[in-house]
Amino acid sequence: MNTQPLRLVVDLNRCQSYGQCVYAAPTVFRFHDEESLEYDYAPDAGVRREVERAAVACPVQAITLGGATEPAPVACGDDR
Amino acid sequence: MTGAGAAGLRTGRVVVVGASLAGLRAAEALRDEGFTGDLTLIGEEPHAPYDRPPLSKAVLTGRLACDHIELPRIRDIGARWLLGTPATGLDVPGRRVELADGRQLAYDRLVIATGTRARRWPVEAGGGLAGVHVLRAREDAERLRGALAAGPRRVLVVGGGFTGGEVASACRELGLPVTVTQRSAAPLAGALGGVIGRAAADWYREAGVDLRLNTTVEALEGDSAGRLRRAVLSDGTAMPVEVAVIATGAVANTEWLAGSGLAADHRGVVSRGDCRAVADCGSTAEDIYVAGDVARWPHLLFPGQLLRLDHWDNALAQARTAAHNLTRDPGERRDHRPLPAFWSQQFGRYLKSVGVPAVADQVAVTQGALDQRRFVAAYGLKGRLVGVVAVDSPRVLDGYAALIEARAPFPPRLGATDGPDRLDPVDADFPGRDAAGVPQQDIHPPSAPAPAQTAHR
Amino acid sequence: MTPSTTTPATDLFAQVLRQDRRADPYPCYAQLRRDPVVRMDDGTWLVSGYREIRQLLHDPRSSADRRDPQNKAPQAARSLLMQDPPLHDQLRRVVTEEFVPRVMGMRDHLGDLVSGLLDAHISDRPGRLDVVADLAYPLPVTVICELLGVPREDEALFGSIARRLTRGLDPVDTQTEEELRELDQARNELIQYLEGLITERRAEPGSDLLSGLMFHQDPDDVMGPIQLRVTLGLLLIAGHETTVNLIANGTLALLRNPDALARLRADPDLATPLVEEVLRYDPPVQMSGRSALADIDLGGTTIPEGSRIRLLLAAGNRDATRFEDPDRFVPDRRDNAHLGFGGGIHYCIGATLARAEAQIALTALARRLRSPRLVADPPPYRENAILRGPEKLLVAFDGLAPDGR
Repeated sequence: MNTQPLRLVVDLNRCQSYGQCVYAAPTVFRFHDEESLEYDYAPDAGVRREVERAAVACPVQAITLGGATEPAPVACGDDR
Repeated sequence: MTGAGAAGLRTGRVVVVGASLAGLRAAEALRDEGFTGDLTLIGEEPHAPYDRPPLSKAVLTGRLACDHIELPRIRDIGARWLLGTPATGLDVPGRRVELADGRQLAYDRLVIATGTRARRWPVEAGGGLAGVHVLRAREDAERLRGALAAGPRRVLVVGGGFTGGEVASACRELGLPVTVTQRSAAPLAGALGGVIGRAAADWYREAGVDLRLNTTVEALEGDSAGRLRRAVLSDGTAMPVEVAVIATGAVANTEWLAGSGLAADHRGVVSRGDCRAVADCGSTAEDIYVAGDVARWPHLLFPGQLLRLDHWDNALAQARTAAHNLTRDPGERRDHRPLPAFWSQQFGRYLKSVGVPAVADQVAVTQGALDQRRFVAAYGLKGRLVGVVAVDSPRVLDGYAALIEARAPFPPRLGATDGPDRLDPVDADFPGRDAAGVPQQDIHPPSAPAPAQTAHR
Repeated sequence: MTPSTTTPATDLFAQVLRQDRRADPYPCYAQLRRDPVVRMDDGTWLVSGYREIRQLLHDPRSSADRRDPQNKAPQAARSLLMQDPPLHDQLRRVVTEEFVPRVMGMRDHLGDLVSGLLDAHISDRPGRLDVVADLAYPLPVTVICELLGVPREDEALFGSIARRLTRGLDPVDTQTEEELRELDQARNELIQYLEGLITERRAEPGSDLLSGLMFHQDPDDVMGPIQLRVTLGLLLIAGHETTVNLIANGTLALLRNPDALARLRADPDLATPLVEEVLRYDPPVQMSGRSALADIDLGGTTIPEGSRIRLLLAAGNRDATRFEDPDRFVPDRRDNAHLGFGGGIHYCIGATLARAEAQIALTALARRLRSPRLVADPPPYRENAILRGPEKLLVAFDGLAPDGR
């Protein structure tokens, strides 16, 4: 089971508004207006399966999920 | 002998200055390319890399919170991150980056990805007043979101480019009265020309925006407490406003390169097709690569000018190319020559573009019609197709992209079933062109969220 | 040596259409791909390269109104599959708005249907299942009937009509006079059946898709009586003749790749990428058609205006310039932008439903069948070359477990 926080991004240049992600994970992806895709970059980890279905179903493979296991970087100031 | 040679192509110290989309993807691509040395990312902002396009859209309307726009990190990179630590200087011969906190960071090879920032309103003309906003970073969006949520009586948006349009669109969605001033005769004119700009003007007006064309702002005036109260426009109007958003384009973050000997100014850092930086004297700066919004480089498809693209996918692709070339022998390097593409979402429409409409001399509607919800317009330069804009028609763009790459003739012969019987090419009507229709300056096709159109006041 | 009068492409395509090649047309496609855009002797163009197909799927110069001499229907009476913008876009919007909300959130129900179909064969002893007749066919048919509000009892009638009509999609010269006569008859039977259904529903509307299409509030008013009938027919036939092949082809791939089967049994989430790989590797819809609205420069040649074009989707899916190791079934293949559902403005409306049906059906088979194996490999295939799939898919097993979901 992947316990990393869920992060994703959609390449909206590639996106052609086929809507397959909206149908697969409607709490994460939605159309605002007729063709404009909006989405949550950091949804709750509980929808990981739906998001993976969305990413796989995208006809133009525009959805990228985070794969890093390192913690997110934070402002340092004094790590010298 | 270069530092890279001394350190080996895939070892040594690489410093990436800039920790947004281009910087992050360059760092990841370096590891993908087999770079095993020390990797440091320097970021001015204190946040983990986040995506900027939603700032002017879903974030402003409150549909998406700022802590929900963090970019996925695609792979582990084993890097040292110096966030909230702007670079302030570059010593090219000494191979050192200077940081704001006085530290010096030695490198063997450098990637410059410092991006752009929003052009600010001059303080002497009211730029320091509370209520005067720009929109580029997360904090900007949070502040503006708060100001809009407070329900101002009127919002003034200075500049009708992509960011201006998106902000005005968000204001209307929130039910706020909004005025947009645009220096030229149509919104989006710098990027798409007056013909398509006039169609966009109808979107503004249908949405209830008070659109003032051929109009600039003379002054922003405040009360004794330093709060914005009034805007004086060039048409003589003085209007009460509590919130103003300056959306007059972007300037490259290159001040830290002053005196470095690199060819850098407010327009960007000049680089080669293979992403290597160019020095003042015109020679190539070895071991310094440039990627993302800050880069200005020559593109074979659009000869005779340097392109600087505030485009999301350009940041990605150029970061990858820079990382590839940085880890390769000269013979294995490749040129960065993507087909530019961008999108915008405004007034209920999804506008997408491929190629570079801004270099065109002519435009013709090829599908739908300008007064319809969906349409496609093709742009030509000297009889060649150079760009396309599609409104609410995202599924046809790939077809046009192939035509642009094939240097298809303009006007293209398409026979599209939803197109006019005969294409009717007209002057694309870009502001600021000389008689020959040639752009007088470098082309900076604007994109969301920070348009790079000619600044105006 | 006798001079050949037919081009290699013409020969190869004729082989693709031959029944004895139905089980494995892929070697023919591989030969065709050497010339990814090529003209056949009858003037039709074959496009078999991935990039070339994608280009035409998104090209404003390509029309889905195929200038098909077989299609005698007037423009307004053609389904949205064969419509071009702007009418296509208006129709598509209506169908999407009615269809998609009704299939979202359906996964649990699909799971119940699959369970019920397999429960009929529960056994702790060796036995056999015809995956086509026992699962792959009844699942999508039940679903489309429920969606449209079509009585399940009518299935015997329109099921046979759908079959005959699907055969009619194949190139005309591969069909006999009798088949063509049957086709006309099937069309008339379908029209009568659908009109009866529409009349009933108009008198007594429900919450089903048919009622939704009938009473859709649409400013463009594109869903007139004839278009309603045509759309209904399209949805019924698509519901009958495509997903069945996706599930059957997927089962076949699993049984030929025991590793993939074992992995799916251990990890049901593998079904998500695995179904995409079935859509790439062995797609239910093998080809699509277009015509050229203007001269199209493609693949080093020019398709002249007015030409008919066959897009060999299944060939493009095996293009080595796009897919690494394309002839290998890789259940978790990444970046799998296959052509299985077409692309561009005609991208399959039912894709999301078909995916869910196949994911759930294949997962259940993997989970519940003990030691499944093919009784015949290759299985017997249906005649259809375009909507291609097994006629029967007999699977022998040591046991079929109760559902332990």
